Amino acid sequence: MKLTRRELLKITGAGAGAIALGGIGYNYLVMESYAKKLKIKGAREVISICPFCSVSCHFIAHVRNGKVVSTEGDPGYPVSEGALCAKGSTMLSMINSDHRLVKPLYRAPFSEKWEEKSWSWMIDKLARRIKETRDKNFIAKNESGQVVNRVDALFHMGSSQMSNEEASIVVQAMRAMGIVHIDHQARI
Amino acid sequence: MTNHWIDIKNTDVCLIIGSNAAEHHPICFKWVLKAKEERGAKIIHVDPKFSRTSARSDFHVPLRSGTDIAFMGGMIRYVLEENKYFHEFVNDYTNASFIVNDRYTFNNGLFGGYNPATKLYDKSTWQFEMDEQGKVRRDPTLRHPRCVLQLLKKHYSRYTPARVSEITGVQQETLLKVYKAFSETGKPDKAGTILYALGWTQHTVGVQNIRTSGIIQLLLGNMGIAGGGINALRGEPNVQGTTDHAILYNVLPGYLPVPRANMPTLAEYNKMTTPVSKEPNSINWWQNRPKYMVSLLKAYFGDYAHRENDFGYSWLPKAEIVKNEHDGDYSYIYLFDKMFNGELKGGSIWATNPAQSLPNSNKVRKALSNLDFLYISEIHANETTDFWRGPGMNPKEVKTEVFLFPSCHRAEKEGSISNSGRWILWHNKAVNPMGDSKPMGQIMIDIMNKVKKLYEKEGGVFSEPINKLNWYKKYEPEVVAKRINGTFVSGDNKGKLLTGFLDFSGDGSTASLNWLYAGTITDKDGNRLKRRSLEQTPLQAAIGLFPNFAWAWPMNRRILYNRASVNKDGQPWDPSRTVIRWDGSNWEGDVPDGGAPPLSHEGGKSPFIMLKDGLGQLYGTGLVDGPLPEHYEPVETPVLNHGLSNQLTNPCAKILFGGMDKISPPGDPRYPVVLTTYSLTEHWCGGSETRNVPSLLEAEPQLYVEISHELAKEKGIQNGDGVIVESVRGRVEAVAMVTVRIKPFKIQGKTVHLIGMPFAFGWTKKGIGDATNRLTLWAGDPNTSIPEYKACCVNIRKAETLTELD
Repeated sequence: MKLTRRELLKITGAGAGAIALGGIGYNYLVMESYAKKLKIKGAREVISICPFCSVSCHFIAHVRNGKVVSTEGDPGYPVSEGALCAKGSTMLSMINSDHRLVKPLYRAPFSEKWEEKSWSWMIDKLARRIKETRDKNFIAKNESGQVVNRVDALFHMGSSQMSNEEASIVVQAMRAMGIVHIDHQARI
Repeated sequence: MTNHWIDIKNTDVCLIIGSNAAEHHPICFKWVLKAKEERGAKIIHVDPKFSRTSARSDFHVPLRSGTDIAFMGGMIRYVLEENKYFHEFVNDYTNASFIVNDRYTFNNGLFGGYNPATKLYDKSTWQFEMDEQGKVRRDPTLRHPRCVLQLLKKHYSRYTPARVSEITGVQQETLLKVYKAFSETGKPDKAGTILYALGWTQHTVGVQNIRTSGIIQLLLGNMGIAGGGINALRGEPNVQGTTDHAILYNVLPGYLPVPRANMPTLAEYNKMTTPVSKEPNSINWWQNRPKYMVSLLKAYFGDYAHRENDFGYSWLPKAEIVKNEHDGDYSYIYLFDKMFNGELKGGSIWATNPAQSLPNSNKVRKALSNLDFLYISEIHANETTDFWRGPGMNPKEVKTEVFLFPSCHRAEKEGSISNSGRWILWHNKAVNPMGDSKPMGQIMIDIMNKVKKLYEKEGGVFSEPINKLNWYKKYEPEVVAKRINGTFVSGDNKGKLLTGFLDFSGDGSTASLNWLYAGTITDKDGNRLKRRSLEQTPLQAAIGLFPNFAWAWPMNRRILYNRASVNKDGQPWDPSRTVIRWDGSNWEGDVPDGGAPPLSHEGGKSPFIMLKDGLGQLYGTGLVDGPLPEHYEPVETPVLNHGLSNQLTNPCAKILFGGMDKISPPGDPRYPVVLTTYSLTEHWCGGSETRNVPSLLEAEPQLYVEISHELAKEKGIQNGDGVIVESVRGRVEAVAMVTVRIKPFKIQGKTVHLIGMPFAFGWTKKGIGDATNRLTLWAGDPNTSIPEYKACCVNIRKAETLTELD
């Protein structure tokens, strides 16, 4: 009987009951002492999905003390059956990358640098820009006199990285503002 | 995909064309290999370049980029002339017998009704002949010279192996071998599948490329069956879902056409967008469109939307009507052109990197500097966030004000995404967002709430849709998911979740943000997207169907058009691969496409329920550029004449020309080499995430160009040399990779070279190279405006010095 570590842990209830173990030919005590050293010991398992191609391989994030400490393919997703490609295998370093953006940044016109700003400062200023631009450029009727109620001066792009819920929210907001220049990666 | 990933294992012949599945959808490829290993399936890979997909295939067919219609047209001819088609399927389930009206013409590469001034067709000459009752005239004997089958035969009789070989560069004997192998699936107990990706869509004939697969799969009876179908391997993380939810100019959520200026009222909108069919056996599903539109408006504006105000229809913006190739198109091409010309003032670019991944990057980058403001949501800084300090830019001269919001990783938020097989899958939140980053959903809600506050306080132009928006206070994905699914908003069931499409009403009593997703969350079962059960019946197990894992749109149907997998009596063409089966009173297996009984029974319906007449369209009047696919060269091409007609390129192609949009003429001796571009296993698209993962960058560290030994010799280039690749638009540095994977083509007796480049490397990572897309052009498919990334003309030379590469 061939078992992966994960399947073994599943069968044994993550090392809880030793009763069933005789039947699968493993020495439980050896397993347990090995498990103690694992960096995922005691970690919570959370299932997420690789954010690249649309095979949508699932992965298990092992979370300890609010931090993802390991990721591996999820054998429960019948498409990938636990497999991950070169990109999916690096999910841990992708999530914990120190290159990620973690602060709102602002670049003033003609400036040579980013400045860190608070969320509220950014959103207040941006909302003002959106309103000014929309009010100034709103088109009630087109050249033929047809009612169009739209704003051509504003646009939105992206993203296939959004969840369905995020996409729905963004489209609703853009249409409400009267924006028609809307596009994303489906077209490239 | 009409089918789904696991279903590929059920095929007898797998035609992979316009895709390098093994490298770009690596984990799906095991299902291809399973078909090969367990069923002895034949694998055919049609692609200019030999890759790891080709290495595992029975045939690799290297064709010149942009000649797929010639290749597939040759196959249509073979299937018809060798009588390989599935007669019963074609007779019962396609429009082969429909008679086209007597004004139909096709002369010298053009269909009837073409207007060169607008580059559009008047489609009246393409239409079917109608009888007095408004039904299409048919000839069940299929002998009428203007019936669809005879028109197909005539049209593709010109695609002889000799002609196809001259165009594609594929040897005739290879063509015939492959045509024979695939057309073997025209038997009732054989299944053939077609897998494609961006290699098919990114052409000025992209949609017609895919139409050829529709014709082939209908002729061979490969639609609706296990191991069959037309399967777009969608490449982006949730591109299926974000298309369904319409982050697109031309549709609203659930594929409702966008309102246009000539549709001033909801009644006009419904009239112009709702198909009417007189065919007794047609379900004509889109007749329900008005219900979905009203429910969307109710979801958008809540109680403010009611019958008296047309449910708030006037609050939706109206796009311009399509008067020529350019008007009424708000896609990337035109969006950036207007930005370049200073007509756009500001906007959002969220989790996409156009400065790297759109064609003619030099123009895109310049265009961004003409904006007043830009707000970006991103996980990493990239060529778009930092465009103002990019190569050739002087920040002191760039006026654009940039707001950059840090967005979090998928593992730091919950929500649903839709895989390529339309399974809607829930992902959980593992940890809190890093630093001050937030989910994009939260960022959008916060911005809109601030905008709403300003309008409420200060008033403003046309403020109703903003003030009356049925909006959110905070981002709770499951709350949004419920609004997407939809609820009853009045009547006895008020407050209850909709259970499926049949609950929708056009009277304002239902609200839903996307009708296709109705049934995802129900009061009875809760959030079905979280289901992880692998339970299946023996019938489902036989074809790898997992109906209890997550949920698939529509209605948890796993194989679309599955009523075509059975004969008129409801019995499967191939009982060993049963998708659905009529047991005398009910369907079993997959969720059938519409609940009606089999076609031969009383009240029986035709299988293609989304099409007006219910039948598969071998000939279709819906596309912009012709009722039948015809080969045209890419907009930039090394040939002067393809020999099928004098119409060299797609007469309807959307082309920007002038200013920075330069295009080299056909056969330009300055740019004799064809360039095709592609992704990598180790980097994802423009690369702005994967370049920042050290192990992935180590595996694929720099921009390279794959060139044949023959071209290398001709140009005096050694493997590993620095080279310069130039088109009429731009210049790119790369490392030469001299390889046997690419071979020169023999086209009309002359040698044509092709080279290939990835596009994942950009200047924000020092020394790895910069955008390959500085070479590509703004020419787009007339139906979708998808740019022609896959073929343009360039030259290549050895570099004296390099500045972009370390």
